[in-house]
Amino acid sequence: MKRREFLKSATALAAGTAISAPTIFSAEAQSRKETLLLVSENGPNNLDIHGVGTNRPGYEASWNCYDRLITHATKTLPDGSLSYDRDKFVPELAEDMNVGDMSVTFKLKKGAKFQDGTPVTAKDVKWSFDRSVTVGGFPVVQMKAGSLEKPEQFVAVDDTTFRVDFLKKNRLTIPDLAVIVPSIFNSGLLKAKATEKDPWALEYTKSNTAGSGAYKVTSWKPGVEVVYERNDAWIGGKLPELKKVIWRTIPSGGNRRALMERGDADISFDLPAKDFVELKKEGKLKLVSNPIGNGMYSLELNVKSAPFDNEKVRQAIAYALPYQKIIDAAMFGHAKPLFGGPSNTVSTIDWPQATGYKTDLAMAKKLMAESGAGPIESTVSFDLGDAVNCEPMAVLIQEALGEIGIKLAINKVPGANWRSEMAKKSMPMMVNFFSGWLDYPEYFFWCYSKLNAVFNTPSYVDPAMDAFIDGAYAAAAVGDKEKYATDVKGFISKAYTDVPRVPILQPYLNVAMQNNISGYQYWFHRQVDYRKLVKG
Amino acid sequence: MLATLGKRLLTVIPTLIGVIIVTFLLTRVLPGDPAVYFAGPAATPDSIAEIRKGLGLDKPLPEQFVRYVGDLAHGNFGNSLSTGRPVATEIASRLPASAELTLLGLFVSLVIAVPLGILAAVKQGSWIDHTCRVVATAGVSLPVFFTGLLLVYAFYYQLGWAPAPLGRLDAFASAPPQINGFYLIDSLVTGNFEVFRSALSQLILPVATLAIFSLAPIARMTRASMLAVLASEFVRTARASGLDTRTVIITYAFRNAMLPVVTTLGMVFSFLLGANVLVEKVFAWPGIGSYAVEALLQSDFAPVQGFVLTMAVLYVVLNLVIDILYGVIDPRVRLEG
Amino acid sequence: MTDTLNAIPPVTEKPALSATPAQPKPEHNSMLRHARYVMSENPVTGLAFFLFALIAVCALIGPYIVPHDPLASDTASALQAPSWKHWFGTDQLGRDILSRVVVATRLDFIIAITSVALVFAMGGLAGIAAGYFGGWTDRIVSRLSDTIMAFPLFVLAMGIVAALGNTVTNIVIATAIINFPLYVRVARAEANVRREAGFVQAARLSGNGDARILLGHILPNIMPIMMVQISLTMGYAILNAAGLSFIGLGVKPPTPEWGIMVAEGAANIISGEWWIALFPGAALMLAVFTFNLLGDGLRDLVDPQRRT
Repeated sequence: MKRREFLKSATALAAGTAISAPTIFSAEAQSRKETLLLVSENGPNNLDIHGVGTNRPGYEASWNCYDRLITHATKTLPDGSLSYDRDKFVPELAEDMNVGDMSVTFKLKKGAKFQDGTPVTAKDVKWSFDRSVTVGGFPVVQMKAGSLEKPEQFVAVDDTTFRVDFLKKNRLTIPDLAVIVPSIFNSGLLKAKATEKDPWALEYTKSNTAGSGAYKVTSWKPGVEVVYERNDAWIGGKLPELKKVIWRTIPSGGNRRALMERGDADISFDLPAKDFVELKKEGKLKLVSNPIGNGMYSLELNVKSAPFDNEKVRQAIAYALPYQKIIDAAMFGHAKPLFGGPSNTVSTIDWPQATGYKTDLAMAKKLMAESGAGPIESTVSFDLGDAVNCEPMAVLIQEALGEIGIKLAINKVPGANWRSEMAKKSMPMMVNFFSGWLDYPEYFFWCYSKLNAVFNTPSYVDPAMDAFIDGAYAAAAVGDKEKYATDVKGFISKAYTDVPRVPILQPYLNVAMQNNISGYQYWFHRQVDYRKLVKG
Repeated sequence: MLATLGKRLLTVIPTLIGVIIVTFLLTRVLPGDPAVYFAGPAATPDSIAEIRKGLGLDKPLPEQFVRYVGDLAHGNFGNSLSTGRPVATEIASRLPASAELTLLGLFVSLVIAVPLGILAAVKQGSWIDHTCRVVATAGVSLPVFFTGLLLVYAFYYQLGWAPAPLGRLDAFASAPPQINGFYLIDSLVTGNFEVFRSALSQLILPVATLAIFSLAPIARMTRASMLAVLASEFVRTARASGLDTRTVIITYAFRNAMLPVVTTLGMVFSFLLGANVLVEKVFAWPGIGSYAVEALLQSDFAPVQGFVLTMAVLYVVLNLVIDILYGVIDPRVRLEG
Repeated sequence: MTDTLNAIPPVTEKPALSATPAQPKPEHNSMLRHARYVMSENPVTGLAFFLFALIAVCALIGPYIVPHDPLASDTASALQAPSWKHWFGTDQLGRDILSRVVVATRLDFIIAITSVALVFAMGGLAGIAAGYFGGWTDRIVSRLSDTIMAFPLFVLAMGIVAALGNTVTNIVIATAIINFPLYVRVARAEANVRREAGFVQAARLSGNGDARILLGHILPNIMPIMMVQISLTMGYAILNAAGLSFIGLGVKPPTPEWGIMVAEGAANIISGEWWIALFPGAALMLAVFTFNLLGDGLRDLVDPQRRT
């Protein structure tokens, strides 16, 4: 397997030479040159991904301020943009990884130090991993995806050797060690900050960074800005060029665009498709866009609530959706269609791939008639925080479904309530985006599984589906490609035929940069990695 | 004087109690379940229940209320669920930003609206009167956020005269050492003119937005009260005794006409604080208005409660000050409960 | 607390327009004449009345005269600048903005009228009762209104809509509640002045009950002044709805409403599609402007200074 061929050579990168700065610039110009001004709609609410309720921007702080044992290599995509390489792992804090049959052993890099100067030891790694499977909430669930569940699995063999014992074989175990959650924390410092009520010092890490990463947060004003400074002693990779990163929260989308067009901000992250398409046409800025891996917008139908418990009704809806109109008007043509494929019984394991549905009103009406459902009145909901994309989709869907006798009301749910509404599973119909960090179809399909987690919004549970999903996991773990392919095709085909969620499109992650910025890379976590960015 | 002040303060107590109860109830009926929000994207019912218990939300409402009031009595506004920071420090650090903006907006508005109002009253019925009225009314007829965005578009995006709408300071300038949190004052006191200039230029557009919005009530009030005064006996007497118009208007009429204007100021101020919520969002202004909006949309009780209480106290104090000021301007008015 | 709202100079003992039979006819005529005089002398007020009529007509027949279906999308002609086919251009989904702006008039008018009617019924009556009876009624009503006043009003409206859900009804309720103190104060002050007035005493002596005196005598008497308040708050109701839309608590899509059209279109100003926000913005401004000028004009009508 590829991950066995661990790139020792990559450590050579770590010995990057520091660039000696020319002294002819004034201090101000110099500091501007080495400082990045990043603007986005939201800022973090917590600097620690283990924290209670850390939001997505919070992940960005964790990613840049902490190290993992391993990370992904970088690859260049056909369009010239950079992306993480799903299948290739490189060292970050570990210098060596040895995958055994039922365990994996890491050797830590020598000389790795936390930002307060204490050396990184295997004990810190063990403490951090224990923390991630104990604190509850999101970190625990994410670790579980790689069958990392119990503190007993994590063994500090000696000061520089760390071993993870497997509970069972799972192909996702190693990839799961390269996500943001298994970050390495300074256990000495945090034990001192811990209290009886807060044994993992979550309060401290909420607003302080205690890692060995490339950056540290020197100032954080929630909802206003985060200021990072480079950790010059970082050995997790090549020393970043940017000495300082200022990340400002600018709520108004129009203003973010104005800031970019006038050259006052360096990077605007996560642009709406409209801005991307228009700015690209103007050609004054550097625009990068990558399809969001393992992610899709879909119309989700609650199969527990009539009439959407009726398969024919769901299929009728899938034939009635105005797919192309949605791509044109909501995404300005900048999205990958997930419709109009040859059949709902798929023949490849590509993911995400197109369904066999396309806009076909006659077919939709026929299916509605067959379903025996009378006139339907229902509500389609979406997350207000994503209104830029969801609202036009919802309006077009409302209009189109009116044609087949389904009368919809549109319900915007304020961001914070969105998750509680999803947890209640009482919304009959949702326009929603779902994606998985680990880019494997069987990982995505946990939102169809019997676990019936929050993200199984359609409340779809089916034994045959679970058999396929479990089968794919088992086959992947032992490397049985044939069985894996059969099961993956099985669950995709079943999901498309039963359509508890109607896939619509795969969106892009868009970034605008000034022309002097380079080194931006797409990551599965969809946040900015400052470490490779270069200004000038 | 002290006794009347004390009596006056007593009447405030039921208001504050009312505010505390209403805020508490209002925040509890917000539809979002903070426990689910904070359980993260991959929550299970167990992890949600755990977090709910941790937040104390599994307790019955009366118990939560008693705990809340108890905390308040100890000066504890609680912690924001979302950022974990104490609400009191957060409000203390953000209040100056809002206050600086609002007071400056009010000041600019006064400087423009009062002369406009006087002019309109003196030239009552003339085209000047009509123009004043139309201009002031037009300002209040646009939603503030729209005015703000239009100003940004024109003066930043198109003309490049105004600085980038990045909040209180240019991203590369650092805040002056905190004395009272008003950047204009802090930077002047510490002699940092670079920061003063940056802070002032950042203030221009949001202040203009607020001023445009509050012209109408002040101008309208000034005009109405000037008209009333100009028609009164003592002005007629002053005129009849041959004093020139200027003296009559400025010395006699203006001073008396200011009374009701001062009284309205309290209301205009609280009106502006409301408008501020939207203006702060447009200009990425780190004030308490934007803080409260974010918190409200996240069903984060503590900041909303803290914000409302702070504003209520501010409002009450402001009215008290105005009452006292009123007494100073017009000795006939005594402080009454 | 001093009355912070004596925006209208107190009017003393003006006979009711219709309720007092003793009222001499010439007085009534002079009122009409006065109205004509104010309007002819003040072209702005005349304009306001004209605009008001225009808005009312749009609200009434708007949906029947628009060139396009305000809800029908046409993605092929999305984001088009104003043209002969679409005078006000089209929005992101290709909907005709002119049609949406015209059709929205009715909803905005309804929001304005119903919220004002509601607050008039609550605040106006509570205020009159407080001013007339004094004592505990007064104390309770005043404390209630002080409590509401002590809230940052827009945030209170936000809280109410966030808590109850963002429907038109709740937006109306929230707007009514935050205007409650204004109505209480004006009505209370006016009723207080009149409680011992001659016409009230006369009514009392002729055996009328309190309710009858309040509703039949005092209410009509202070109506003109309340009208000023009503006209001013109608504009505020529309602005309030727009503000709520800006933070995402406006009416539900795809219903056309000026506030939400401005709030959502505002994001497109920088990208050059100015027409999406500008036309609904202009309509909204015109309406609020009209209501405000109307208030000023009505004030001139009832202002004793102008009647000399």
